Amino acid sequence: MRCGFCLPACPTYVETQDEVHSPRGRIALMKAVRDGLITEYEEVEHSLNVCLGCRACEPACPAGVNYGSMLEEARAIFQEQKKKSFKEKATRKVVFDQLFPNQKRMKQATGLLSFYQRSGLQKVTRKIGFMRLFPKHLAEMEKALPKVPKGIKRESNYFPVNKTNEKTVAFFTGCLMDTMFFETNQSTIKLLQLAGCNVHIPQTQNCCGALHGHSGELEGARQLAKKNIEAFEECEADYIITNAGGCGAFLHDYDHLLRDEPEWKERAEVFASKITDFTSILVDMKFHEQNTLQLTEEIATYQDSCHLRNVMGVKDAPRKLIKSISNVTYQELPRADQCCGSAGIYNIVQPEMSNQILDHKMEDVKGTKAHTIVTTNPGCLLQMKLGIQKEGLQDTIRAVHLADYLIEALQEK
Amino acid sequence: MEQAVIDQLIEIIGKENVKTGVADKLAYSYDATPNFQALPDCIITPRSTEEIAKIVKLCNKEKIPIVPRGSGTNLAAGTCPTQGGVVLLFTYLNNILEIDEKNLTITVQPGVITKDICDAVEGKNLFYPPDPSSMKISTIGGNINENSGGLRGLKYGVTKDYVIGLEAVLANGEIIRTGGKLAKDVAGYDLTKLLVGSEGTLAIITEATLKLLPKPKAKKTMLALYKKMEDAAETVSSIIENRIIPATLEFMDQPTIRAVEAYANVGLPIDVEAILLIEQDGDYQSVEADMLKMKDICLENDAIDVSLANTEEEAEGLRQARRTALSALARLSPTTILEDATVPRSEIAKMVRKINDIAKKHNVHIATFGHAGDGNLHPTCTTDLRNKDEMERVEAAFEDIFSEAINLGGTITGEHGVGEMKSPYLAWKIGEPGVELMRQIKLAFDPHNIMNPGKIFAKETRKRVVI
Repeated sequence: MRCGFCLPACPTYVETQDEVHSPRGRIALMKAVRDGLITEYEEVEHSLNVCLGCRACEPACPAGVNYGSMLEEARAIFQEQKKKSFKEKATRKVVFDQLFPNQKRMKQATGLLSFYQRSGLQKVTRKIGFMRLFPKHLAEMEKALPKVPKGIKRESNYFPVNKTNEKTVAFFTGCLMDTMFFETNQSTIKLLQLAGCNVHIPQTQNCCGALHGHSGELEGARQLAKKNIEAFEECEADYIITNAGGCGAFLHDYDHLLRDEPEWKERAEVFASKITDFTSILVDMKFHEQNTLQLTEEIATYQDSCHLRNVMGVKDAPRKLIKSISNVTYQELPRADQCCGSAGIYNIVQPEMSNQILDHKMEDVKGTKAHTIVTTNPGCLLQMKLGIQKEGLQDTIRAVHLADYLIEALQEK
Repeated sequence: MEQAVIDQLIEIIGKENVKTGVADKLAYSYDATPNFQALPDCIITPRSTEEIAKIVKLCNKEKIPIVPRGSGTNLAAGTCPTQGGVVLLFTYLNNILEIDEKNLTITVQPGVITKDICDAVEGKNLFYPPDPSSMKISTIGGNINENSGGLRGLKYGVTKDYVIGLEAVLANGEIIRTGGKLAKDVAGYDLTKLLVGSEGTLAIITEATLKLLPKPKAKKTMLALYKKMEDAAETVSSIIENRIIPATLEFMDQPTIRAVEAYANVGLPIDVEAILLIEQDGDYQSVEADMLKMKDICLENDAIDVSLANTEEEAEGLRQARRTALSALARLSPTTILEDATVPRSEIAKMVRKINDIAKKHNVHIATFGHAGDGNLHPTCTTDLRNKDEMERVEAAFEDIFSEAINLGGTITGEHGVGEMKSPYLAWKIGEPGVELMRQIKLAFDPHNIMNPGKIFAKETRKRVVI
């Protein structure tokens, strides 16, 4: 089937109007490689690299083509075949084998960032224009980074609730979320408790493996998946809750990732079936009806997390929660379902396209006259912060994670 | 293609607008038609009619094929570059030039997306009726070249009924303008109508003026469910016989309903044999009256349920779902091959029965949906290209369907065009003298056969076994 119905859903096609940068084109290229019609792998790889991996083409596809897994597998094949340069190998090794799977190192890394921000070094480097030595997009991103919280330590790994009809959930903390966005995780736990959930935080959990999977490091992703499945099997929760769309979608697809491993297949299916986004469970448990939510008058808008919407199929719950806050006027963002250009590490490796997409996104944001952009994924949150900064709108617009926004609106804290 | 020619193309439109990479060629090697793929030599994105004129002149001199391409949603291999050459895109010629509210016309460049035209004029209380299922991505240039139809065809006609003026580049590089913002114009042959539906084989269309209608004040949508396919088909004929022309009268059989519902999730009943999606628009009172009358007719023809859509969102959901039918059927099998044989609408029940018999005879799976109200059915074979034996049976089944459609006074294609896919069957419909006349017309326009060669005209007509 090559009907082309995916084309208008694809942000890179919309930007370029070029079939090479469309889902249909990319699938044709992957197929051509498989059939041996093409040996110029670099051109194909370029097309795949420009893909955001937002998977907006999937809900748009009447035929139900599973583009996401095709992309991951194609990237994995390229990864295997390509003779990697030493430098790339080294960075990949650090990022994929050491940094992300290791929460302690992740904390150290963000700790360094925290030191950089707190020590005044950040101010100094900004003043002397040190960042000017770097490519523009990295310099801009540096400015948009949030303040890393001081002491990243949780007092407990179990947060019970005194309420009847409670549910037991396990919280997937995520590496970026539990370091740079530690406060957001704390907010999420609190919201879950208020909704009536006993919250477990399995200690042996790990990075979800999304960054590995999306970059063709499938074996690394599988290793992490197995560790996580083991970690969460121990606490026998009704649901496994995520508050980052990107991680959630990847966890949600563990059954697919491990489909060829008989001893893991079933366990992965059980795990995947429990994955629930925090907004869905809050709405299901009527959190927004049982708690008073109120803010001073303002306009809020919502940028979908691609993977939350396109893979996990969640689009109404976050909007419902925002709309339930008194004095907040919800203004739907035109094309909210189109990627903001963050897409994992896309904004670092494909800055040009990412910026083009972000610029158009910010035009839409300005049109809503919103004071607050709400997001449900750390990558989107950072990207929206970057967009606000690029437009010089820091004084009029802010970007927040929905969990923090709800805590802010909570009347009896 | 020689490098020297590519260099000359670059000279005309600049390096950034001439692509020759393998990935680029691959991405423009196909359209939406299964089993057709061929690499072009280069892909170009000119920015003006004048640039196109220079390009065509060059290609004419060098005898290089030019394939104009919109979004590549063609279903008859009309935009597959089977003879190589240049794929010409309208990426930068995608502007609405004018909406003339005094003459009720819109003037557009070929690269404008069909739905954007509909939306733009509806904002001004005007109406552009042709609505092919791919309207969200198809371009108006593609629609004009294929003379596309759509869901509203039976009441409002097809693309050709709305194109009143064109600008086009001829094979010799001359630029012509035909028609205009005119309700009447008999100055010579009707070149506008000749170019519409010419599938890029005569000229490159570079601008079009389209006729608009006032937007209907009211619109209602309903769904009728049937236990038997024939009852649905009888309803269609009965509605027309009762002097009602609904805006939409769409048919879907059970396999189609199930595939569509699996995707769209709009609450279609998956246990019925067939459904009709019926719409009427116009002023409030006549819409109301027509809908009531049609409801009665449905029930008289043994519909087991007839219900109105309660909201516009619900109605739009149903229309959208119907538009995905062909693609959704791909859930059933790796390959879906569809035809658009069309019969006089009085013969629709007969044709539906014949299609079922033919499917049984050749042991193939055929799901049928389509614009029942205008006799335009889309029997779709769910199959697998890799299964050679089945593919032969599929081809045999389609030959029978074409043949049967013609026996009933119909045609081999109602709205998708001949392209390369149906060219072996063209003579079945119009006869050898008809094909020969068309060939002469083509020759007069394009003596070197550079304009989308290989389309419409087959090397050989398929032998017709008369049953």
